Amino acid sequence: MNLTKTMLSLAVGGAIALSSSAFADDKIKIGVSYPTPTHAWAAGMNWHAEQAEKRLEALYPDVDLILVNSPDPSAQASALEDLVSVSQIDALVVLPFESEPLTDPVLNVKKSGALITVVDRGLSQPGIEDIYVAGNNPELGRVSAQYMKGRLSDGDNIVILRGIPTTIDNERFDAFMAEIEGSGINVLDHKHANWNRDDGFEVMQDFLSRFPDIDAVWAQDDDIAIGVVAALEQAGRTGDGMFVVGGAGMKETIKSIADGNELQPVDVLYPPAMIATAMDVTVAAFKSNGPVAGRYILGATLITQENAMQFYFPDSPF
Amino acid sequence: MSENAAAQPTKKSWPEIDFKTLGPAIALLILCIIGYSLNSAFLSEGNVTNLLTRSAFIGIIAIGATFVITAGGIDLSVGSMAAVIAGLMIIIMNNAVDTFGSGVATVLIGCGCSIILGIGAGWINGVLTTKGKIEAFIVTLGTMGIYRSLVTYFADGGTLSLDFAIRGTYRPVYYESFFGLPIPVWVFIAVSIVGWVLLNRTAFGRFCTAIGSSEAVAKYSAINVDRIKTYTYIIQGLCVALATIIYVPRLGSASGSTGVLWELEAIAAVIIGGTVLKGGYGRIGGTILGALILTTIGNILNFTDLISNYLNGTMQGLIIIIAVWLQRGSWGKNKKTKT
Repeated sequence: MNLTKTMLSLAVGGAIALSSSAFADDKIKIGVSYPTPTHAWAAGMNWHAEQAEKRLEALYPDVDLILVNSPDPSAQASALEDLVSVSQIDALVVLPFESEPLTDPVLNVKKSGALITVVDRGLSQPGIEDIYVAGNNPELGRVSAQYMKGRLSDGDNIVILRGIPTTIDNERFDAFMAEIEGSGINVLDHKHANWNRDDGFEVMQDFLSRFPDIDAVWAQDDDIAIGVVAALEQAGRTGDGMFVVGGAGMKETIKSIADGNELQPVDVLYPPAMIATAMDVTVAAFKSNGPVAGRYILGATLITQENAMQFYFPDSPF
Repeated sequence: MSENAAAQPTKKSWPEIDFKTLGPAIALLILCIIGYSLNSAFLSEGNVTNLLTRSAFIGIIAIGATFVITAGGIDLSVGSMAAVIAGLMIIIMNNAVDTFGSGVATVLIGCGCSIILGIGAGWINGVLTTKGKIEAFIVTLGTMGIYRSLVTYFADGGTLSLDFAIRGTYRPVYYESFFGLPIPVWVFIAVSIVGWVLLNRTAFGRFCTAIGSSEAVAKYSAINVDRIKTYTYIIQGLCVALATIIYVPRLGSASGSTGVLWELEAIAAVIIGGTVLKGGYGRIGGTILGALILTTIGNILNFTDLISNYLNGTMQGLIIIIAVWLQRGSWGKNKKTKT
């Protein structure tokens, strides 16, 4: 108990690296909590978390990573309590299910003295986390729009298929629209396709019936893009330089970009592997001699045929 | 006179029946007029074909649901059942490629397994409801959760994808046309005709209606209630299997998000069509119109930017309520009391 109290004062003081000496003969326990994978992106995250666990535990025998996934916010709150009381973790890496209901539970973990790393979805109170690792949603929209501007010219028409109505979707969409503004490219309409293949297919079918002239599609997400491509092929409108820009970095999409797909020539990265980055940084807080506390915003890299293979993980489910 | 009196107990009075038949048709007609006035491309050949093909999934499932609901039951598991059958079909076909090649044989094996799985899943729902004496709502709520998590498990949380070689063979089942209509529409038509005959022209159909009206009376009338009710769930399972067979070639994939909320869409289609939710009266024709209405709403919302995207659910809810009100409204009843 004394050790964790020492840890608390040190962590709050920001001198986290120093605490590693206090744990030299004890195992460093790091809890990793995230939602149960129910869709492909989360399944990819689960896979990358497991890979990082194997890699880090092999590298540092005194580090013990405990992965826990939870099916809903209240289960995740309970899981966090267990990590503190049963496993007595020294650090927590958490991808919160929802910001509001998990802010207090994470705060309680912090009070136990653990180092807090928050991934992807921020908490609703600032200053709780020591380390923040996230993808960049506005950047995803901006990078997509920049690519569109590079390929299209004044008077060309595009349609947008959005995700599930959420903050993430709004951030991506608003940044895209801000970047495209003034370029002369017409956004004919935008509809929600819920990051879902079937919805992507149906919304795109309707766009194709409604608009005779579409030059490009921003599908925002690789799952939607699969539906969009199927609809384009059905309608026979894949020619004339038509292209689709997705996002996230699904392995099949990345593979086809590497193989030179012309219909979907690029993808914008929003990597599920960010959980591995967060675990690396958290372990570094105990192992590195450099300071690590801070905010890590990953780039929304444009994946093209040239760099595609470095983002390709054939064994990942996503 | 005597004929009229005989028709009374089962079908109420004739003038209202006519009106009930027209309710959903009027709603669909109004929707089409709205769609056409928003954009003339709404009635283009391409869009009408898309609409009909899309309606086929929900429509076929809803025809099965008409039997279950007419007999006083409910099946909440159909969406998850479709997802898990789609997932298993893909796994089976991918594994069959090595031994049977990527030809028609593999596809037929997949379709056969789909039908066996559908019948089996329906039988489980039926037996648990009748022999297990558990309310249908609870049984199917349970199997809904089981099937949904099973497909997520089989897919390892991700997406199951059909082998590209088989996709080429199987793809025409969704995309090809036959006499101007896509194959899914033909399947929908065939299932509709068989369903209509079964519900309206056979003893089985009358038994379903009788059980839905009063299970106790049906039992005393020497109807094997448990068996008939189990059959309705098996028909539902078979319909789900058929819908899955035409769904899989569309995108060649299944995941945890496949078929989400299809159960509610199917139930909504059945009720919009005039079937009574508590059982005892069912209409296949209405169900078909109900499925078309639901798909048309989604289609129209994609054809306009007048309504905020965030209000899509509101529009769908309003139209469902109005469509049901059109046939249940008190103005219909006033007519009845006067005649």
